[in-house]
Amino acid sequence: MAVTADPPVRTRDRGGRDSLRLTGLLLALVLLGVVVVASLAFGAKFIPFGESWRLWWDNDGSSNAAIIHDLRLPRTMVGLMVGAALGLSGALMQALTLNPLAEPGLLGVNLGAATGVVLAIAFFGITTISGYVWFAFAGAALTSVVVFLLGNTGRSATPDRQILAGIAITTVMGSGIYAILVLRPEVFNKYRFWEVGSLGDVSVSAGWRVAPFVAIGIGLALALGPALNALAMGEETGRALGAHVMRTRLLGMLAVTLLCGGATAVVGPIYFVGLAVPHMTRMFTGPDQRWILLYSMVLAPVLLLLADIIGRVITAPSELQVGIVTAFVGAPVFIVLARRRRLAQL
Amino acid sequence: MSRAQVLSGAVVRNPTGSVSARIDLRAAAVTLVLVLLALAIALHSLASGDFEIPLPDVVRTLLGQETGGAKFIVLDLRLPRTLTALLVGAALGVSGAIFQSLTRNPLGSPDFIGLTIGASTGALLVILVLNGSTNQIALGALLGCAATAVAIYLLAYRRGAQSFRLILVGIGIGAMLDAFNSFLITRARLDEAVGAQVWLIGTLNGRSWDQVRPLLLAVIVLLPLAFWQSRHLNMLSLGDETATALGVPVERTRGLLFACAVALAAVATSAAGPIAFVALAAPQLAIRVTRSAGSGLASSAAMGALLLVASDWVAQRALPSGPVPVGIATGLLGGAYLCWLLVHEWRKGR
Amino acid sequence: MSRLRAEGLTLSYDQRVVTENLGVTVPDGSFTVIVGPNACGKSTLLKALARLLGPKAGQVYLDEKAIGSYSSKQVAHRLGMLPQTPIAPNGITVGDLVARGRYAHQSLLRQWSKEDEAVVVEAMEQTSVHELAKRYVGELSGGQRQRVWLAMALAQQTPILLLDEPTTYLDITHQVEVLDLCADLHEQGRTLVAVLHDLNLATRYATHLIAMREGRIVAEGDPGRIVTAEMVEQTFGLKCRVIPDPETGTPLIIPVDRAARRSGVGATLG
Repeated sequence: MAVTADPPVRTRDRGGRDSLRLTGLLLALVLLGVVVVASLAFGAKFIPFGESWRLWWDNDGSSNAAIIHDLRLPRTMVGLMVGAALGLSGALMQALTLNPLAEPGLLGVNLGAATGVVLAIAFFGITTISGYVWFAFAGAALTSVVVFLLGNTGRSATPDRQILAGIAITTVMGSGIYAILVLRPEVFNKYRFWEVGSLGDVSVSAGWRVAPFVAIGIGLALALGPALNALAMGEETGRALGAHVMRTRLLGMLAVTLLCGGATAVVGPIYFVGLAVPHMTRMFTGPDQRWILLYSMVLAPVLLLLADIIGRVITAPSELQVGIVTAFVGAPVFIVLARRRRLAQL
Repeated sequence: MSRAQVLSGAVVRNPTGSVSARIDLRAAAVTLVLVLLALAIALHSLASGDFEIPLPDVVRTLLGQETGGAKFIVLDLRLPRTLTALLVGAALGVSGAIFQSLTRNPLGSPDFIGLTIGASTGALLVILVLNGSTNQIALGALLGCAATAVAIYLLAYRRGAQSFRLILVGIGIGAMLDAFNSFLITRARLDEAVGAQVWLIGTLNGRSWDQVRPLLLAVIVLLPLAFWQSRHLNMLSLGDETATALGVPVERTRGLLFACAVALAAVATSAAGPIAFVALAAPQLAIRVTRSAGSGLASSAAMGALLLVASDWVAQRALPSGPVPVGIATGLLGGAYLCWLLVHEWRKGR
Repeated sequence: MSRLRAEGLTLSYDQRVVTENLGVTVPDGSFTVIVGPNACGKSTLLKALARLLGPKAGQVYLDEKAIGSYSSKQVAHRLGMLPQTPIAPNGITVGDLVARGRYAHQSLLRQWSKEDEAVVVEAMEQTSVHELAKRYVGELSGGQRQRVWLAMALAQQTPILLLDEPTTYLDITHQVEVLDLCADLHEQGRTLVAVLHDLNLATRYATHLIAMREGRIVAEGDPGRIVTAEMVEQTFGLKCRVIPDPETGTPLIIPVDRAARRSGVGATLG
């Protein structure tokens, strides 16, 4: 009697939880919408929300319309794409390494992109953001392949080993970059502004170039959700549950490279989003990777755009780079969460 | 000295047996070799440079038997730099060994929990905002590191300070300070920013006796304190419960050792900047060459000193385009070592 | 009069209370064994007795003084404890590990006296691990490793020794071997307190048995007297028969047949 009654009860319960999560997701989407409009409204010149909204859809040729369509809309759209990419790649990285402290930078993506940019400036004389893109993207892709190979060769391909490999490679590359920067001040002068991560002088053409890659990455990441759930049970259990551990890892790392590599190529390295946002979403969603991925994809752009708005307003008329503000908005929340116990669990 | 029946290593006792000491022969021999190597490289760097001085003259100068130009070059120009390398390397090696032993994690190094980032913030403020002297920069780094350590501890404290929570809070604080450091760098004039960047990589340039003296004093106090506690540190590697059962005052010992490791990292960073990888790599290397089960503070100190003095030699001479900051060489050597280690472990199939 | 006892103990991990207002007395010179189902608080009690877990309320008394009023080393001279899963440092040899049991007897200037050497050699001979002295702990079998840990606890030379499930992961031969060794130590005059899972081995070796369930003591005393079918069912919720052990005469617990048990369970649930 009790046995037959059990499954429907559990399903109903889960259905209730799912609808709660769905409501939360819708709320997050609404929040994202608000932030997007706010991102059009705020800046050196404040344009009221209603007018911003109207001008977004109706370019009437006024100076305000020019500000929105030429400056703020591209910036907001790139921020949206970059935020989603960073949030997703962070969630992926933590699921793949089974380590709640992992972030996409550990795959060497950021340092790889940085190396590409430094080489572009130092040896090819390229100094525009749209010129960096392919160098950054190629550097990110190459480096993550090397890190992945070093981390997954042999019988001891454990998540910890993956992290160690990332640290080893990024240390060597970081030292190489510094060697160039110290010897070539003019390269350093360009690099130091790229390195903080900024939406300030974002290039729309660069955004369009990496958009297809990011789109593929997003599709891949969302498709991997169920496999990641199986992987989270530990490698052996995951295999017993029918997950193809190696295939999942390979595809997951590919998605991380596409997402984080693309984002970094467009706006420079932004560190904290990929680490912190998946943590925070886990508080709402529980350990189901499918929901963590969805929430991270929506909430990360909220944090990024919010930080960008603050950066525009706080020191107006000059701007504070989004990479800097993000850490100051995200880290206090992160610390408060760290004082709770649940954070430690994946 | 007598060979112990059951222990590895040897035992020394006085005739009445009231005083006795244990010696791990292999670790002692390895440490001695490391120290000799470090000293040999140190001597070589004292002798070489733009103005070559024969080794015998260098030794005579150090013994106080030489005057004139050689004395100025060796004692006033080159010795402070070389001494700084040796002392900073030893301090970072011991600090890393204590952290790794306490957290039972090879990644538990002062770089990872935001301490050195805090030191950098202090130094950058002095360099870029106050335009301070080298001594003031060192003081700024020291204060920055201490303030960061206190902040992390207070924020992580909630009915006891768990090590995992300490690490998480350290990462959070580190992220903010790192962002702030980037902000300072982007706001600075290019020449100032370049100088700050050099400090951030870690450099031994322009050291004088003014900087060596406080460093020497701190290391003379802190290293023996750490060595004195190393017997207890070894006991902690049995786990908190077993160590308590065997009579170790665990909380007090751990607090003292953490404080000692933080102070060593702070002093080293303030003297030479946040030099990458020495605190992480020196203890790991030391464990592998001594094949000892202990925390190996002495061998880690010797290994750290050797790593840094050798890295400085490489950084000064390796590149045809001129000298680079020493932190670049430690990063290259240390990172390459870790890569090698990973490939090696893979071959062994572990 | 007892050297080790506890009064009014309330023990908890964070918010989860394991036992409340628990009193227990370890008779001097006894081989006390604590039994009970999983998560009944027996290991927690042992940790509190060894001052590894501070009580929320109540007090543990060692030689009539609160255990917290002694220094760590003073306690370690009187009371030893072997945790359930002790951690061996990487790459340590058997001899060096056993030698760490001497910590409380050493100082900076007395790192390895002749007495230390003699005690460690004796402890290793007693546990038959002296031939393994130069081997690495990591390469030993489970039974060997458990004897090495026991040797370390012996080297501490305490009149009272607490053991948390010393027979876990051991096959039946090694379980009996370890418990025989404990019985020897008991006969030499030591007071032993052990948490054991195997009820039949517990009744065979214990001179004093404490049965726990949900943080309370259900029964306590000489196993020959207190172990009955009712007591086992009360403690473990298992229907069984108790017959005299044909070897030693101590109580032997035999679970009743599956079919009989199932009908029994049905009966209790109504």
